[in-house]
Amino acid sequence: KMVTRAVAALSRFTIRARCILFAARSHVNCEIKGDVAVIRISDPNSKVNTLSLQMQKEMTEVMDEVWGNSAIKCVVMISSKPGCFIAGADINMIQACKSTEEVTRLSQEGQKIFEKIEKSPKPIVAAINGSCLGGGLEFAIACQYRVATKSKTTVLGTPEVMLGLLPGAGGTQRLPKMIGLPNAFDMMLTGRNIRADKAKKMGLVHQLVDTLGPGLKSPEERTIEYLEEVAIDCARGIVNKKLALTKEMNMMQKIQDHVMSYSFVQNRIYSTVEKKVLKQTKGLYPAPMKIIECVKAGMEQGPDAGYLAESQNFGKLAMTPESKALVGLYHGQVACKKNRFGVPEKEVKTLAILGAGLIGAGIAQVTVEKSINTILKDITEEALNQGQHQVYKGLNDKTKKKSITSFERDSILSNLTGQLDYSGFEKADMVIEAVFEDLAIKHKVLKEVEAVIPPNCVFASNTAALAIKDIAAASKRPEKVVGMHYFSPVDKMQLLEIITTDKTSKDTTASAVALGLKQGKVVIVVGDGPGFYTTRCLAPMLAEAVRVLQEGVDPKKLDSLTTGFGFPVGAATLADKLGIDVAAHMAENLGKAFGSRFGGGNLELLKTMVAKGFKGRKSGKGFYVYQSGLKDINPELKEIVESYNMMPTPAVSSDSDVQYRLISRFVNEAVLCLQEGILTNPVEGDIGAVFGLGFPPFLGGPFRFVDNFGADKLVEKMKTFEEVFGNQFTPCQLLLDHAKDPSRKFHRLIH
Amino acid sequence: SMAPVVSTKSKKTLSKTGVKNIVLVDGVRTPFLQSGTTYADLMPHDLARTALQGLLNRTGIPKDAVDYIIYGTVIQEVKTSNVAREAALGAGFSDRIPAHTVTMACISSNQAMTTAVGMIAAGQCDAVVAGGVEFMSDVPIRHSRKMRKTMLSLNKAKTLGARLALLGSIRPAHLAPELPAVAEFSTEETMGHSADRLAAAFGVSRREQDEYALRSHSLAKRAQDEGLLSDVVGFKVPGKDIVSKDNGIRPSSMEQMAKLKPAFVKPHGTVTAANSSYLTDGASAVLIMSEEKALALGYKPKAYLRDFVYVSQDPKDQLLLGPSYATPKVLERSGLKLADIDVFEFHEAFAGQILSNLKAMDSDWFAKTYMGRTSKVGSPPLDKFNLWGGSLSLGHPFGATGCRLVTTVAHRLKKEGGQYGLVAACAAGGQGHAMVIEAYPQ
Repeated sequence: KMVTRAVAALSRFTIRARCILFAARSHVNCEIKGDVAVIRISDPNSKVNTLSLQMQKEMTEVMDEVWGNSAIKCVVMISSKPGCFIAGADINMIQACKSTEEVTRLSQEGQKIFEKIEKSPKPIVAAINGSCLGGGLEFAIACQYRVATKSKTTVLGTPEVMLGLLPGAGGTQRLPKMIGLPNAFDMMLTGRNIRADKAKKMGLVHQLVDTLGPGLKSPEERTIEYLEEVAIDCARGIVNKKLALTKEMNMMQKIQDHVMSYSFVQNRIYSTVEKKVLKQTKGLYPAPMKIIECVKAGMEQGPDAGYLAESQNFGKLAMTPESKALVGLYHGQVACKKNRFGVPEKEVKTLAILGAGLIGAGIAQVTVEKSINTILKDITEEALNQGQHQVYKGLNDKTKKKSITSFERDSILSNLTGQLDYSGFEKADMVIEAVFEDLAIKHKVLKEVEAVIPPNCVFASNTAALAIKDIAAASKRPEKVVGMHYFSPVDKMQLLEIITTDKTSKDTTASAVALGLKQGKVVIVVGDGPGFYTTRCLAPMLAEAVRVLQEGVDPKKLDSLTTGFGFPVGAATLADKLGIDVAAHMAENLGKAFGSRFGGGNLELLKTMVAKGFKGRKSGKGFYVYQSGLKDINPELKEIVESYNMMPTPAVSSDSDVQYRLISRFVNEAVLCLQEGILTNPVEGDIGAVFGLGFPPFLGGPFRFVDNFGADKLVEKMKTFEEVFGNQFTPCQLLLDHAKDPSRKFHRLIH
Repeated sequence: SMAPVVSTKSKKTLSKTGVKNIVLVDGVRTPFLQSGTTYADLMPHDLARTALQGLLNRTGIPKDAVDYIIYGTVIQEVKTSNVAREAALGAGFSDRIPAHTVTMACISSNQAMTTAVGMIAAGQCDAVVAGGVEFMSDVPIRHSRKMRKTMLSLNKAKTLGARLALLGSIRPAHLAPELPAVAEFSTEETMGHSADRLAAAFGVSRREQDEYALRSHSLAKRAQDEGLLSDVVGFKVPGKDIVSKDNGIRPSSMEQMAKLKPAFVKPHGTVTAANSSYLTDGASAVLIMSEEKALALGYKPKAYLRDFVYVSQDPKDQLLLGPSYATPKVLERSGLKLADIDVFEFHEAFAGQILSNLKAMDSDWFAKTYMGRTSKVGSPPLDKFNLWGGSLSLGHPFGATGCRLVTTVAHRLKKEGGQYGLVAACAAGGQGHAMVIEAYPQ
C-alpha cells in the first residue's frame, strides 16, 4: 500500500512538474501516449517553424525529459503547423553573429543536439508534412526513422548553398552516408527541393503517407493526425523490432553502394564534382567547394574531422560577402513577394491578353495556371495558333516531368480562350497588351480596348522601353493605365517590373501587383521614364559591349568576360537572346532620351546586323550562328565589326578593365535611377537587376555591390574610364555622395 | 381499366398528383460469380441474355409487350458495345424492340432503370426492361497506342515495301499491352487506394472494416441458406454445370481476416482483399411499367419506384461519398426523414467506404462544411441496413448491382412488412445515386 501511495504521489508530482514546464514552453509541446512521446513543434510567432534559439532550448528540455522518463519507449517528432515541418535555421540568428567563431559555435551546438538525437536509445520517428529544409532536414536525418506525407507542400532539401552557406548541423556528414555521394552532392550543391516520392526512392525517407480529403475534420488537420498515427505505429514497430531500420536495397543499389565504398571511386567523384562546380561557379561562390571539403573530410578522416570541418567552414562562409549578398537577396525576395499597395478593390478573375507572341503566350500560361479565366487575342490565326501551342507545350512539358497530370493540364488549359476579336472583353478585369513595341500600334489597341472594356478594367502595357505616360496619352482614363514589364521566357523568369505614371491610381497599381504575385512573380514597382529601371540599366552595358566588340574582342571572349564576372549569360549571348533588332531599337530609343551618356558602341553596327538578317537567336544568326543545338561565332560578323573598328586604349582595356567598364555603367545607371526616384528603394533595385537581368547574384545586386566594393573605389575606376571615354562614365551625384562618405550605405549594415 | 391501387397503411403514400405511378413488376439476376470461375468462357451478352430470359420466365410477359430495353455496363466488350441489343436479340425478344446501353460506372443499371422511369413518366413507353451486366473474366486488353498506330497505317500502306518498312518499325516497346485499370482517369488513383484514404479521413479502423465485412458475408450466407435471394435464376452454362448460387459468399473469422496485408496502401493501409468487393461476373434485369399497364396485364407489382437523384462530387477526395450526398437529397424530395425508411440497401464497394459514409451522414460538421446543409441527415440504423448481404459478399458486377439493390429492397419490404425503402450507391467519377422505393400494397 505504501508503495502504491508513493507511486501515486510521484506521478502527481511529475504531472504537476510537466504542467509547469508546459506553461513555460511556447514552441515545443510533448504529449505522452502510452509508451510514445509525441513531440509537437509550432512557433507561435510565425507561419513557419525555424530552429530558433527558443526552439532549440525547448527541444533540449523536452528531449531530456523524454530520455529521463522510463515509461517512454519511443518518440514521434511532428509539426502541428500545416505545410511546414521545420523550414530551416533562423537566418536572423546567424546574421546576429559578429564573428566566424560565434557562427562556428552555433553550428557546433546544433551538431551536439543532433548527435544526441542520432544516438538516442529511444527511437525517434520524424513525421514530416510540409517543408523540411536546411536545419529542419538535418534534424530529420538525425532521427532514426522518417515518415513523410505525399502532399505537394512536402519538400526536403538543403538550400543553404543558395544563401552561400552549407548544411552546418551535421548535414554534410549524414547525407552522404544516407543517400550516397552523388545524391548528397546533388542535393547540397544545387539546394533543390526533393518531393516526397523522390525522397523515398533516394532513401531519404522510409515511408510515405497519403494526404487525406474531408472527413470529420478539415483535410489538413486530419492529414497531420493520420501522419502522427502512422508515425506512432512505426515508432512502436521499431521498439518491437517489427520494423527494420536498415533500408531495403535492390541489387543495383547494393552494387552501387559497394562500388562507392572504394576510395578511388570516391576520389573520382570528388574531382568530377569539383570540376563541375568550378565550371559553373567560375570560382565566384565559395560555398560549394567548402561543402565538398566537409564531405571529403568526414569520409576520409572520420566523423570528428568531418564535423569540425563542417562547423568551421560554416562559420567562415557566414562571414563572406557572398553569403551576405545572397542572404540580402533572400530578404529582398521575401519583401518583393508582398503587396505594399494593399488589397485591390477588385480581384482579377478574367484577364485578357493582346498579342499571342512569346511574351503574351507566356503571360497566358502563368495566368491560367492560377485558374484565372484568360483570353488570348491576336490578329492572325497563325499567331494565335502559335501562342496557344506555346501555352499547351509549357503545360505539357510539366506533364512529361510528372509535376502535373495530363488531366490537370487539360483542366488548366480550359481557362484559356484563344480568339481574334474583342468578344468577352466586356467582362475583363484587366487587359495586358503585349503587341509590337510601336507607340502608334499601342495607341490603336488602347483605343480599341477602351471601347469594349468595363469602366473598372485596368489596362496594362507590356513594354520594355516605351514610356507608359506616352502610351497613356491616348487613354480616356489614364488612372487605369499601368506598365507591366514581363521577362522572357515568362514561365521561367521570376521578375515582373511594374511601372506607374503620375496618374496611375493606387488601386490600379495594387491590382497589377496582386496579379503578378498570383502569377508567382517577384514584383518591383518603379516610376515611369524611358527604359524604366531594368532596360535603362541594361542599355548602357550593352552599348559598352558593342564598343568592346568594335575594339576587336570577339563575342566568345566578351561572353567569358561577363560570365567570368558572374553574369549567368554572357553579354553577346544575351543580346542574341534578346534579339539584335530589339537591342538596336532599345538603344536607339534610349539614346534619343538620354543622349550621349548612352553612347559608346556604334549603334550602326547593330543596325547593319539587322539589315543582314542577323537578328539573333530567333533568326538562327546573330553574334553567333545557331545550328542543331550548337552555337559558333557568326563568320560574317568579323567583316561587319571591322568596318566599325575602333582602336582600344591599352590603359583601360585589360580583361578586368573591360569587366569594370561594363559593370560600372550598369551600376551607375542603377544608382541614378534611385537618385531620380525611378526606384523607390535599393532593395527593389537589387532584386530587379538580379532576377530580371542576371546581375551576379553573389554580388547581391548593384546597390549591395557598391556597398561592398566601396563607392569610392568604383568612382575612382569610373574617373579613369571617363578620362578616355567621356561622360558615359561620369559617376552620378548619389554615387559621388556615397564615395565621399564611406559610412553611407544603401543597405543596413550587417556585421 | 382498373383504377390504380394505392393503399394507406401506417404511413402515407408517396404518390404525387400529376406524376405517374411507376412500378417494379419483378427483378431477377444471374448468380454472381467471382470472375475467372464458371462463367470464364462466356461473353457479356451471354450473361445479359440469361438475365433477360430469366425475367421472361419469371414474369411470363409476352415478348411483344415490352416497348424498350436498356442495359447498363461499365467495361465494354468492343464487339458488343450495345450489349442491350445483342442480348435482347439472343434472348428471343422481338427484333422490333429498340435497345440501348448506358454507362455510369457502378450505378449504370440504376441509370438504366431511371431512364426507363423517365420514358414511362414522359408517356413514351408503358413497359421497359432495364438491366445491367458486367463480365470481368475477360476484359479488352489493347495493343499499345504505338502498335495500334502502326497497324492502322499498315491498312493504308499500298506497296509491299511500305508494308515491310512499317513492320520493320515495330520495336519491343510496341508489344507491351495496355490493361484496363480500375483507376480514375482524372486522378490516376485506383479506387481501392481512394477508399483507404477515405477510411483514414473518417478514422475508420481496420478492425471496424473487417467486422463490417464479416457481417456482410454472414448476413449473405444466412439469406442464401434461408432462400431469401429469390431474385437469383439458375444458369445452365454451356459445357458446364448449372449454376444456381452466388459463389463469393465466404464468412471468415476476424483472426483470418486480420492476417491479410493491406491491398493498396502499403504497409499501413486498412483496405484489404477481405474487406473489399471483388471482381465479379453477373447480370440483372427488372421489368418496369406504368401502374395502369401492369394492372391491365394482370400483374401484382412488387413496389413503386419513387423519387431518385444523382449527385457528383470531387473525384479525388470524395470519390466514394455519393450515398452521403444523395440520401438527404432524395429524402427531401420525397418529404421523408431517415427514420421513415424501413429498408436500406446501400452498395458496398468497400467496408471502409460504407463506414465512412455512415460517419459522414452522422456528422453535422460534414453536412454544413461540405454539403451546404444545416444539419446532418443521420446514420441509417444497422438493423435495417443491408440485411441480406451486400456487394462485399454477394459480389459486385459493376453494371449489374443497381438492379439487385432495387429488387432486394422490394423483396425485403415485403418480407419485413416495411413501406419505404432506400437505395444508395457510389460510383467512379465521384458520382452517386439514391432512390426511394415504396412497397406495393398487399
